[in-house]
Amino acid sequence: MAVQGAVASRSGLRSALPLLAPAYLWLTVAIFLPLSAMVFFSFMTDLPLSGKAWAFTLGNYAAFFSQSLYLTLLLASLRLGLEVTLWCIVIGYPAAYVLAKVLKGRSREAIFLLVILPFWSNGLVRIFSWAMVLREGGILDTALNAVLPFKINIDLMYSYPAVIIGLVHSYVPYMVLTCYLTLQAIDDSLIEAGRSLGATRLQVLKRVIIPLSMPGLVAGAALIFVPVVGSFMEPRILGGRTGTFYGTVIEDQFVAVFNWPLGAALSFILLAVVLVILAIASPVLRRAT
Amino acid sequence: MRLPKLTALLTATAVFTTALTLAAGAADVHVLNWKGYGADEPWAVAAFEKVTGNKVVNDFFNSEQEMLTKIRTNPGLYDVVMINAAFNDQAMAEKLIQPIDVSKLSNYANISPDKAGSPMLKHEGKVYGVPWVWGLTALAINEKSFDKPPTSIAEMWDPAHKGRVIIRDDAVEAVQFGAIATGQNINDIKDMEAVKAKLTSLMPQIKTFWSSENDWNQMVASNQIDIGTYWSGSADRAKTHFKLPVSLVIPQEGAVAWLDAFSIPAGSKNVEGAQAFINWMIDPKFYVEWVTKVGAPVSANTKAVEALPEDAFNRKVMGDPEVAKRIQFQAPITDAQREAYLALWQQLKVDVK
Repeated sequence: MAVQGAVASRSGLRSALPLLAPAYLWLTVAIFLPLSAMVFFSFMTDLPLSGKAWAFTLGNYAAFFSQSLYLTLLLASLRLGLEVTLWCIVIGYPAAYVLAKVLKGRSREAIFLLVILPFWSNGLVRIFSWAMVLREGGILDTALNAVLPFKINIDLMYSYPAVIIGLVHSYVPYMVLTCYLTLQAIDDSLIEAGRSLGATRLQVLKRVIIPLSMPGLVAGAALIFVPVVGSFMEPRILGGRTGTFYGTVIEDQFVAVFNWPLGAALSFILLAVVLVILAIASPVLRRAT
Repeated sequence: MRLPKLTALLTATAVFTTALTLAAGAADVHVLNWKGYGADEPWAVAAFEKVTGNKVVNDFFNSEQEMLTKIRTNPGLYDVVMINAAFNDQAMAEKLIQPIDVSKLSNYANISPDKAGSPMLKHEGKVYGVPWVWGLTALAINEKSFDKPPTSIAEMWDPAHKGRVIIRDDAVEAVQFGAIATGQNINDIKDMEAVKAKLTSLMPQIKTFWSSENDWNQMVASNQIDIGTYWSGSADRAKTHFKLPVSLVIPQEGAVAWLDAFSIPAGSKNVEGAQAFINWMIDPKFYVEWVTKVGAPVSANTKAVEALPEDAFNRKVMGDPEVAKRIQFQAPITDAQREAYLALWQQLKVDVK
């Protein structure tokens, strides 16, 4: 990549401009402008459209530090992000490996379709289906009790595990897809070479496959971690009284009390924290890749 | 092809939006209300359009704050807006709504005097809101879980119902509910610590928080809850329309009452149509049909309530003078109070995690 970048000359850039312009124009209009407006709002005492007097303030950012609840929730959300990412790796990576290296032809296409299927359904539909499965007297509870000789009571709904299950289900396809792409690019002869030189299967996995597929793992982890930390819909619906997270508090500021400045400030603090985490992690990850 | 400049694009968008606004004919009545709350019932809209020749265009909001922002940012777009009486003051002070000529509303004379004369809706002798319906935020029970309906709010704290209690995820409602449970005035809470302590001890009882009628009804349908806070109109709908084992309990300690009213935004282009629509909404004929077909809160129009059967819940229970003594009507809340309530509510939710 770096070599290509160095080769690209000025004329190359100019000819690329018409191709880039629509994307950049779109980014400017749809992302940069609203985001700048939000940065602006986060420093205001009140929204200008409410017709009230407003002034610039740092109070919204100070609010984060003056109350312990925001920090508590932010830590809870970061923990949630880590746990969900971890489960996505545990579930998604082996699946991606099987897809890339074991299955071929038709069966690969069929399994691939199953992996992508959740993407085609609406997020709310997925969550509400989980609600039907997880609740007491729900599908899981009824099915297990029909099979098992003894009576068990499964009521996972409105709990922390329910939030994890819902989020992992929503995000595991990202992990499968990114890992699949890097795993598939690994030349089979490398694995064969490792094996023929006396490495065990585990050693091949540790020394060849995982290092070579690291970019996919890292990309998948970042794609999952960032949105999960800010998630609010899944915790609210599946978490019940334990479902209060940083994302739900931000949503409250926008929807319930219409305090956009505070909501915006809390969002940017989250953005900053996530960027710092990614920045700290990047040297480690770069070495790993 | 030259790419359009950003300013050109924005101007074009603005012109387009204005054109759209102007294209809305004078015979349109733009109504802003909660979704599924009477004014958008297809049968009611169709009947109104047939009689008056006005076309109804419904728009919705999800919170009072959103409603205020919509009328602030779209002056002249809406002709009728439904405002909770507690927010009427604020809307009037910001000059968002105009005085209503009630002589044009034939049904206005039948509005019960205590509602029509509410200081929240009348300012300097001018009417800024026409009372439409009122209701309660009280308790509702799953009939399967009780042999005899409870009478006290303390039932919510009964360990027998641990994990089977539900309350709405709304800071103001939760705090006012706490005020009633601690015997305080909901509009003048003196001892906030007591409210906090009371709600803290309630949190472990709670299964989840509800935010829509559908949540509540599903929890009862799958027999997951015993008792919870609920709106009177919704409990009525759950029972009559969805045939669920739900009944409303107005605890002896009291309940929170609210009054919803229609207003005409300043700059409305079809005041006549707006008046006709409001009059239609407070008409006994519409109300009876609404109650029978869908289930509704209590009409502010005494004639409309009298048109209900003798034993109708909205007439028998809600009209009971004993009930009237117990309930407390919500007064306006300042933004600072609302934010303080939310902070308290969020703290409670974090502490229970």
